[in-house]
Amino acid sequence: MSTTSTVSAAPVKGGAQPSAAAAAKRKVRKQAALQWAGRIILAAIVIGGWQAFTTWGIVDKFFFGQPTGIAKRLVELFQKGTENGSYYADIWTTVQEALIGFVLGTVSGVVFGIALGQSRYLSGVLGPYIKVVNAIPRIVLGSIFMIAFGIGTLPKVLLAAVLVFFIVFFNAFQGVREVDPNILANAKVLGASELQIIRHVTVPSALTWIIASLHSAFGFAIVGALVGEVLGAQKGLGLVIKTAQDNFDPNGVFATMVVIAVIVLGAEWLIGKLEHRLLAWRPPAPSEVSSL
Amino acid sequence: MASRNDAAVSPVAEKVGQDSARVEISGLTKRFLTPAGEVFTALQDVSFTVEPGQFCAVVGPTGCGKSTTLSMVSGLDRPSEGSVKVGGREVDGVTDGVSFMFQADALLPWKTVLGNVLMGPIFRGVPKQKAQASARDWLRRVGLTGFEDRYPHQLSGGMRKRVAMAAALINEPRILIMDEPFGALDVQTKAIMSNELLGLWEQIRPSVIFITHDLDEAVALADRVVVMTSGPGSVKAVFDIDLPRPRGSVQEIRFQPRFIELQHQIWDSLREEVERAYARTAGGTA
Repeated sequence: MSTTSTVSAAPVKGGAQPSAAAAAKRKVRKQAALQWAGRIILAAIVIGGWQAFTTWGIVDKFFFGQPTGIAKRLVELFQKGTENGSYYADIWTTVQEALIGFVLGTVSGVVFGIALGQSRYLSGVLGPYIKVVNAIPRIVLGSIFMIAFGIGTLPKVLLAAVLVFFIVFFNAFQGVREVDPNILANAKVLGASELQIIRHVTVPSALTWIIASLHSAFGFAIVGALVGEVLGAQKGLGLVIKTAQDNFDPNGVFATMVVIAVIVLGAEWLIGKLEHRLLAWRPPAPSEVSSL
Repeated sequence: MASRNDAAVSPVAEKVGQDSARVEISGLTKRFLTPAGEVFTALQDVSFTVEPGQFCAVVGPTGCGKSTTLSMVSGLDRPSEGSVKVGGREVDGVTDGVSFMFQADALLPWKTVLGNVLMGPIFRGVPKQKAQASARDWLRRVGLTGFEDRYPHQLSGGMRKRVAMAAALINEPRILIMDEPFGALDVQTKAIMSNELLGLWEQIRPSVIFITHDLDEAVALADRVVVMTSGPGSVKAVFDIDLPRPRGSVQEIRFQPRFIELQHQIWDSLREEVERAYARTAGGTA
């Protein structure tokens, strides 16, 4: 922020400074307002168009739902619940599965990624196998987990963890590989032990990559939990979607989709906060300093 | 001039007298296997000695294996033939008491200025409080008091070099290896940094091996200048620089007649090599 103000104020002399800064601020505010206007108009066109087309019968609302119907269904779900009980319990079940899977996948991905990134031998031995496993459509593993562990929470957690693992693993691995060789040489000359290098050099360097992967990883954790629930469950948002599908209730599917989107956005926001904290040392991205 | 020189040397004489800081490079040869499967000889039979407490500059055309030599002195790399001895002991693995200053930034971007300078003592297991006190002291010596909590990206290029200098000197190394440390700086900053380096070097007086492309810099700073040939790298000539110390400002010494004379001598020796190296790379790309 300080760079912005100094840059903008530098060429202006003496008393003209406050007005120049005010003008610059106005310009930034105007740009932001225009952006918001654009966003709201776009949303109005898409949702309004959907509503209009279904009302006029150009698109059949029996198959494709209707925004007002979705809103009504949403209220219903939260107030009355589903035939299996409270909607809140469904949400909690899915969030819980996704969260545990996310943590499990992230931790194992980071550990394996760093271990393999460190050791040329290990990565040489395991590299081809990891490529093979990565090529398999892992979502199918859900069926295996279901057969092995029944329709409880465990298979969903495992499926979410597997999906998360590979994303985090590849990023952690790459992050270790991208460590600046100069920094590494410097730490060695200064007398760092193998462990000290991991702690002070490798892990912080890989953290940039790992955290970047967490954004998409949580989305995958939710997908893992949902798919697991669709395959077979007694509780959860995946089950709500499956039931709505069986009842030809597109509004129910869309309503649950909205809820899931809100959950993922919330998680995204939290991960963004975490990123901001852990990576405070990074220079601000060029887009964060607005040019005037 | 001569009497001033003596006075300056005597307080550090006992430290200089330690043979543990002598670097003997003898018959050093390094070959690499290229990805195409050919053997490439980067260094061929390189020999020179750096006396304890001596400031030795190495000049030579691009690609003559200067940096390769340094990585073997520091123990980061091993020679194919020949040996490097530090204080009479052959280098085998990272040598204790050696610090390295690189051309590129080797600061940890995720650590503050203080954290970066702390690295050396912490890796050596110095208690945290003692390490912090000495890190603050070194930051003061390089003129960075008040910048302890900044991150490297918040500093200018010259300031980052000061941090790197403090980080390299905090362990009070016997040997300081510098690979074009000021190569990326502008001319004015470079001159200031050279003066500060000389000042700090005179305080703790390690043996220095200093790689540079800048002949003026080499003559102004060093006691001994080693000229290397390229392809494969070997030592062409060694010049002893008898300009008295302390030399004062790097900018002013270059107008002294003796400086100009030495600079000419070394340049005559170096020019041939630079031209040959240039002809080869230019021919290679044409």
